[in-house]
Amino acid sequence: MSKELLKGNIAMAEAAVRAGVEAYFGYPITPQTELLEWMSERLPALGRTFLQAESEVAAINMLYGAACTGARVMISSSSPGISLMMEGLSYIAGTEVPVVLIDVMRGGPGLGNIAPSQGDYNQIVHGGGHGDYHPIVLAPSSVQEAIDLTVLAFDLAEKYRSIVFVVADGNIGQMMEPAELPPMRPVRTEYPDWAVRGSMGQARHFLSSIYIEPKDEEVANYRMMQVWKRVQENEIRYQEYYLDDAEITVVGFGTAGRIALSAVRNARLQGVKAGLFRPISLNPFPIDELEKISQHTKKLLVVEMNTGQMLNDVQRAVKGKIPIDFYARLGGIVPFPDEILAEILRINQEEIPLEGDPRQRWMKRFAPVINWKN
Amino acid sequence: MVTTATPVQVVYKRPTSLSDIPTHYCPGCTHGIAHRLIAEVMDEMNIRDKTIGVAPVGCSVFAYNYFTCDFVEAAHGRAPAMATGIKRVLPDRVVFTYQGDGDMASIGMSEIIHAAGRGENLTVIFINNAIYGMTGGQMAPTTLPGQKTTSSPNGRDVETMGFPMKMAELLSQLDGAGYVVRRSLHDPKNIRMAKKAIRLAFETQVHGLGFSMVELLSTCNTNWGISVLESIQWLEDHMIPAYPIGDYKVSPAVANLKV
Ligand SMILES: Cc1ncc(C[n+]2csc(CCOP(=O)(O)OP(=O)(O)O)c2C)c(N)n1
Ligand code: SF4
Ligand SMILES: [Mg+2]
Repeated sequence: MSKELLKGNIAMAEAAVRAGVEAYFGYPITPQTELLEWMSERLPALGRTFLQAESEVAAINMLYGAACTGARVMISSSSPGISLMMEGLSYIAGTEVPVVLIDVMRGGPGLGNIAPSQGDYNQIVHGGGHGDYHPIVLAPSSVQEAIDLTVLAFDLAEKYRSIVFVVADGNIGQMMEPAELPPMRPVRTEYPDWAVRGSMGQARHFLSSIYIEPKDEEVANYRMMQVWKRVQENEIRYQEYYLDDAEITVVGFGTAGRIALSAVRNARLQGVKAGLFRPISLNPFPIDELEKISQHTKKLLVVEMNTGQMLNDVQRAVKGKIPIDFYARLGGIVPFPDEILAEILRINQEEIPLEGDPRQRWMKRFAPVINWKN
Repeated sequence: MVTTATPVQVVYKRPTSLSDIPTHYCPGCTHGIAHRLIAEVMDEMNIRDKTIGVAPVGCSVFAYNYFTCDFVEAAHGRAPAMATGIKRVLPDRVVFTYQGDGDMASIGMSEIIHAAGRGENLTVIFINNAIYGMTGGQMAPTTLPGQKTTSSPNGRDVETMGFPMKMAELLSQLDGAGYVVRRSLHDPKNIRMAKKAIRLAFETQVHGLGFSMVELLSTCNTNWGISVLESIQWLEDHMIPAYPIGDYKVSPAVANLKV
C-alpha cells in the first residue's frame, strides 16, 4: 500500500471497512457526515449492512442489536448525536458486547456549532450513560493515526467485549493529509460463543443488561471492573516528544496535542527545553506515565479545546508535585501554535504556584483575548 | 382374557418453544396466553431454532425466560430498533419483538413507526392493556378516556391528557406494513383468532413481505383494580368499542399466503 491524500472522516470509514466492519448505523450530523456517506456506498456494494436510522437513539439501538449477533459493528456521530446515544451505550456496556464508536467532536454545549472541539471529553471518558462502566477511548492527532486507531478499536472491542471510542474533532475529520490505508481483511466467518444468532441446533443464548438480583448485579459490576483492570494494565497508549531533558512539558491530546507539538519545536528553536506528552488512550488514562514525568520535568502546561476536562485527570496523576498551568480555546476555536508558544515562553520566565486552580489563572489571563470585561 | 389397548391421544401439551418454568405474571394476566400462542406458532412453523426474540421493558421484561429460542432484552421502547439491527445482519433468521403499550406507543413510538415505515421484515406482538402494568398502573397512551389510573386519578381527561393512540390504525397507513391487525385475548374464540393472526404475521416475515404487527387487547386485572372475570368483561365492554378488532392492513401478497 502507498500513501494517498485522504480526508479524516473518509479515512476512518475506509479503515473500518478494511478492518472487516459488518454493519454500520448512523444519522447525518456535521462534521462527521462524510463518514456516513462513505459507508452508504461501500457497505452495500460489499454485501454488508448499512442503515441510516431515524435518529441517533434508534441508530445506537440498532448497533446494540447487531452487536448481539457477534458481528463487527460501528457507529459514528458528532457531539449532539453522541448525547442521544448515551442510553443505548449504557445498555451495551451492561450487556458486555463489543462496539466501536467514532465521535467527531464539535463546539457545544447544546447545538453549539460545527467547528472542532474537545468538549465531549468528560461525557465519553468519565461515563455519560448511567451506571458503572468504562469505555476505552482513543484520540488520534492525524489522519494516519485516525486510521490506525480505528482498526485497533475493533480488535480491542472484541478482545475485552468493550465499548471503544475513537474521539476525533472536526479538524481531524475534515483535514486532508497523506496517509496509508491498511490492507483489506476478510470478514469474519466465525462468531463468539456468546453471540445471539438463533440457536441453530445448539444451546440457546440470550443477552441482556438485566441483573434483577442486586447480588448478581454486584458480581457483574465487579467482573466488568476486573476486565477494566486488564485494560488498564495493557492498553495505555501515549506519545512523548523531546521529553528526555524537558523542563516544561506540555500535555495535550488530539488536535490540541498536534498544535502543541509545533509550539514545542519552536520553543526548542528558541533554546527553551520544552517537550510534549500526548495521551492517545484517554481511557485508560496514562496516570503512571504522567506521574513519572512529573519527577523529571519542572512545570506542566495542559492545553485543551475545552475548559480543562482532561486537566482534572492530569492533576490526579501529578498529585500537586509540580506546578501546572492551563491554556485553552473554547467553543470551536482551535489554538494557534503561537498562542501555545507564548504560554511556554511565559511559563519559562514566571514562577507558577503549586497551589491554586490553574483554570482560574488561565481565565484571568484569557479574558483580554475575548475582550471580556468585568 | 383378551384386552385391547385404548389408543392414547395427546390433546394438550406444552409447546417445545415454551420453557417449563413457573410464571411471574399475575394470576389471570393475558401475557401468559400471548406467550403460549407465540410458542405454538413457532412449533407449528418449526422456526424455534432460527428465531430471535426481543423482549421489552414492562411486565414482559422477562419474556426471554419463557421461550426456548434465542433472545435479547431491549431498552424501553427500543425493541424495533434493536430487532432491526439483528435482522439486517441476519436476514434469514426470524426476529420478533414483544412490546407493551407504554413501551411501544409512548416511549418507543418513533422506533416502531420507522421500523414499519422501512418495511422491516419483523414481527411485532403488541400487548395493549391500556395501562402501565409494571410500574404500578399509570396512564398509558392507550388508556381510555375517563379511565382511572394512578396518574389519572380522576380519569383520563382528553382535554389535558390527550386521546388514546390507535396503533393498528396508525401503522396500517404505512407502505412498509404488510400485515397489521388487532385481535383480543378475552375468550377462546378470540384467542383462536389471535393465534391465526400471529401465525400469519410470522408467515409474512418468513416470506419477506414486510412489517407485521398483531395488536392483542389484553387485561391487567391487578392494576385495573378488579377481579379476573371483571377484567375480561371490562375488556369486552370498553376496550373493543374503542379498539375494534379487525384487519387494518393485509397487503395483497399477504392475502395470497396459504397457511
Ligand atoms: C427509560 C425508562 N423510562 C421508564 C422506565 C420505567 N418503566 C418500566 S416498565 C414501564 C411501563 C411499561 O408499560 P407497558 O409497556 O404498557 O407494559 P406492561 O407492563 O403494561 O405490560 C415503565 C414506564 C424504564 N424502565 N426506562
Ligand atoms: S401487573 Fe398487569 S400486566 Fe403485569 S403481570 Fe400483573 S396483570 Fe399482567
Ligand atoms: Mg401496558
